[in-house]
Amino acid sequence: MSPVRDVAAAADAAALAGAPPHSRAGGRARAVARAMFPFLVVGAIWELIAHSGLFPARLFPKLEEIGGALVSLTAQGILQHHALETVVRLLAGFGVAAVLGVAIGIAMGRSRRAEDVLLPLVSIGAPIPGLAYAPLFLLWFGLGDFGAIALVGFVSAFPIIINSWSGVKAVKEIWVRAAQAMGADDRRLFRHVILPGALPYILTGLRLGLAQAWRILVAVEMLAAVPWGLGWMIFGAREFLNTDVMLAGIAVIGAIGLALEKLVFERLENYTVVRWGMMTS
Amino acid sequence: MHHIEVRDVTLVYDTPGGKVPGVSGVSFALEPSEFLCIVGPSGCGKTTLLNILAGFLAPAVGEIRIGGKAVTGHGLDRGIVFQDFAQLFPWRTALGNVAFGLEMKGVPKEEREAIALKQLELVKLGKFAHAYPHHLSGGMQQRVAIARALAYNPAVLLMDEPFAALDALTRDEMQRLLADVWQATGKTVIYVTHNVAEAVYLADRVIVMTPHPGTVKAEIRVDLPRPRDPLSVEFLEHQKALLRHLTEQAVPA
Repeated sequence: MSPVRDVAAAADAAALAGAPPHSRAGGRARAVARAMFPFLVVGAIWELIAHSGLFPARLFPKLEEIGGALVSLTAQGILQHHALETVVRLLAGFGVAAVLGVAIGIAMGRSRRAEDVLLPLVSIGAPIPGLAYAPLFLLWFGLGDFGAIALVGFVSAFPIIINSWSGVKAVKEIWVRAAQAMGADDRRLFRHVILPGALPYILTGLRLGLAQAWRILVAVEMLAAVPWGLGWMIFGAREFLNTDVMLAGIAVIGAIGLALEKLVFERLENYTVVRWGMMTS
Repeated sequence: MHHIEVRDVTLVYDTPGGKVPGVSGVSFALEPSEFLCIVGPSGCGKTTLLNILAGFLAPAVGEIRIGGKAVTGHGLDRGIVFQDFAQLFPWRTALGNVAFGLEMKGVPKEEREAIALKQLELVKLGKFAHAYPHHLSGGMQQRVAIARALAYNPAVLLMDEPFAALDALTRDEMQRLLADVWQATGKTVIYVTHNVAEAVYLADRVIVMTPHPGTVKAEIRVDLPRPRDPLSVEFLEHQKALLRHLTEQAVPA
């Protein structure tokens, strides 16, 4: 992050324009090993406990049993079906929340009146745990997909609204002045200054919103009597003491969450706000 | 007719503590391609005056005319450079920043990028056209800001202590560069500073302002040949004369 000195004008300007320096293969292997280490430790402790006989084997399955459940559920096509239904609900609910949340948040940041009306509502609604609304939503919208998606959308919109709103508020006055001095009208000020200026906050809001959506969705799948879904798979497995299936479900939830984080958000951030120096990676 | 005419400009700030005079009865005029420095201590209203000139503030009394036309808001006849390095848009490359004004004007992409590149070369940053601002040093960022303010070819360049936050060595370099850019482009410049040596180095004419309320106290012409030698006797004499005006006012009337 250290700024380039003027005297370094001869330095390769192209190197400054983009890509972070790529690490050597050895450094990469070491990074992977370092990332894996905590999991290996927890896995080893898990195995010790499972083999110790401290808990009934039925309730505390060995890692190989969890792995076996993962494999057999996948081979039967059951796990994919559950995961797919969950991800579709997640994307539907989160997608609605993202579009409406960003729009509402920006409107609150731009218009005093919208802020006066909406901010008290959002401030009260945001800290209420999403699950508290669940019975209400299921009564209103019925059991099944629609109720679950509506709840996910509603609950995950809050962090998105709040962060988009603060993002617009955090846009530097000097950018606005500079743009106006260069002849930007309101429309172009919005597109070329407010939006990119607020982007670090908007992305943070989307990230928090997605985490929120994930949490509420898995919970509501246990209540909404949906025929498929990871939450339902975990909940259903408890009747037959299938703890290996439950843990396999939890592992898949973790893996999908991590994938969304790394493949979507990290890339989006690296391509925009990190590249612009508005956020450190 | 003068290029810029500032007549009897007065502005009062309404604060919770009552009315605070910003500037009071300020008048001066500039010829085309003239370099004017406004010098004064903090609170003398020099930045307020520049903001009025830029069209960000409207004076309560008085008027400003540029090229015979009354100033009523911001416009592309003026380019502005602020003190804060953060004035550049971090999401645009140096080139993208410089091309911004032309983009707003509707100049096609290829043409505006060619113009922007030329402007960056003028401030010796052609090599850094595709670098993002956070990869540039403070001095380089301010040079991009100068190129950006010049790119859409305004008649007047307004500068608000653009080099005040730079280290002394970089500041000297920037002043030399600005003097060259000014001579190459022939812009009329109004430059606000609290640095007396900087004013004598750059200006054709220096206006000294005093605070409470901000008024013009003195006007000094600097007729030294360019490029100026900051160690010459004449230079130091001008500097002393300016300092005298500035220190006199420190004594309460």
